Amino acid sequence: MINFVSSEGHLILLAFWMTLKVSALSAAGSLILGTVLAAMRVAPLSVLRAVGTLYVNILRNTPLTLVILFCGLGLGSIITIADLQTTNYFWLAVIGLVTYTSAFVCEVLRSGVNTVPLGQADAARSVGLTFTQTLRIVVLPQAFRAVIAPLGSVLIALIKNTTIAAAIGVPEAFYTMRNELQSHGDIVIPIFAGYALFFVVITLPVGLLFGWLAKRWPVAR
Amino acid sequence: MRSLRMIAAGVAAVTTFGIALSACGGSSSVSVVDKAKNDKVLNIGVKPDQPGLGLQSSSGQYSGFDVDVARYVAKKLGATKINFVPTLSANREAFLQQGKVDMVVATYSVTPERQKVVSFAGPYYVAHQDILVRANDNSISKPDDLIGKKVCSGQGSASGDRIQELYGSKVNLIRLPGYGDCVNQLLGGQVQAVTTDNTILAGFAAQQQNQGKLKVAGTFFSNEIYGIGLKKGDSKGVAAVDKALQAMFNDDSWRAALSKELPQVPAETPPTIGKFDIPFR
Repeated sequence: MINFVSSEGHLILLAFWMTLKVSALSAAGSLILGTVLAAMRVAPLSVLRAVGTLYVNILRNTPLTLVILFCGLGLGSIITIADLQTTNYFWLAVIGLVTYTSAFVCEVLRSGVNTVPLGQADAARSVGLTFTQTLRIVVLPQAFRAVIAPLGSVLIALIKNTTIAAAIGVPEAFYTMRNELQSHGDIVIPIFAGYALFFVVITLPVGLLFGWLAKRWPVAR
Repeated sequence: MRSLRMIAAGVAAVTTFGIALSACGGSSSVSVVDKAKNDKVLNIGVKPDQPGLGLQSSSGQYSGFDVDVARYVAKKLGATKINFVPTLSANREAFLQQGKVDMVVATYSVTPERQKVVSFAGPYYVAHQDILVRANDNSISKPDDLIGKKVCSGQGSASGDRIQELYGSKVNLIRLPGYGDCVNQLLGGQVQAVTTDNTILAGFAAQQQNQGKLKVAGTFFSNEIYGIGLKKGDSKGVAAVDKALQAMFNDDSWRAALSKELPQVPAETPPTIGKFDIPFR
């Protein structure tokens, strides 16, 4: 057991670092794309609304494994992002996770938009704000405050979903765990428990942080 | 304070789960020989997804060199029925320890780490790490030719580890979950070479849909010594399986199985039973 940690410790740390990198980049990307999609779904232009609805319904109802494999093996056969294969698949995995998670971010955010009374948007328009200004200055700041806690749940789901990136060779925690299971068949259960603990250690504080943020920034009306 | 308590609860939950799981792996120490004699049925772990070695057809039938070896050995031990159990590289040790399988014949390379938890009979084949390329590609014929090339290997495979040890970042390596994925990447042009045991590569090259599209370079980097895995400590079983393998070598069914299932690998003389330490070159 101690031998295992000393011989594999370096690899394990690299794997955890990779999980954190994939999670952070995907979280940032899906927050941006999700916000754009939410804006589209409440836009006055029916074309934008239709595109947003189509996107969300397709991505939200497709298994993530399929999305990631499509990005890695399908999209990867058409475009090359980086010449180094490991970097290439890393970005393809991030693209897959962003594409998938942004559909959920969009829906959470849209439910937040619905908590903002209609009169506020009318008032904003009547003082001469454009649609984008209304969203940016009046609606979205309130919408975000209303959905901080559910956004935390989406982030936790995203962190756990990064394990699927192993399917296209991204050396994150699950990938390394499976390799270790192959060469250390005698300590299968401690290995599982250790990696489970890692995810708990990452996701538990995320949940607590978002709960705290939700209290810190309540919707003030 | 509340958050600390929650973290402590989480840690406790995970630990309890682990202990509960490890407690349920009870073991009975019956030799595989007695089981074959008395029950007439053996559960044998084979690979379900490696053409030429262990492959499960859509109708559930198993075929391949490993499967032929398993059938021969089981018959010699006195079993009349075999239940083939699909195993992955990652669960071979666990299946043996839990008694889910009585033996494992699944491209199981004998290594010092594995010998700590599994008793090996054999070896029954010595494979070599080799390179698979597209049939029209003449730029790769030896290991050093991989430098600067896009190469695919399996996750957790000794072959991928060896490439990283030998060449580090000089080889542009990706490691996908299965060799089928790697072969698709090779056919699609995303990688220039796939590397692992020649037996596995030859199996893919011989598949009907890949006929004429792929070739095995025929250059060797290593010895992979395939053994038959038995439950740790079953020395009676090891002796009996060794005897069965020796009979298979002697009556030529070993060579017949090899040339039927893996026509692309060079026909070699059978390995010496009990000799697991075979230095490369």
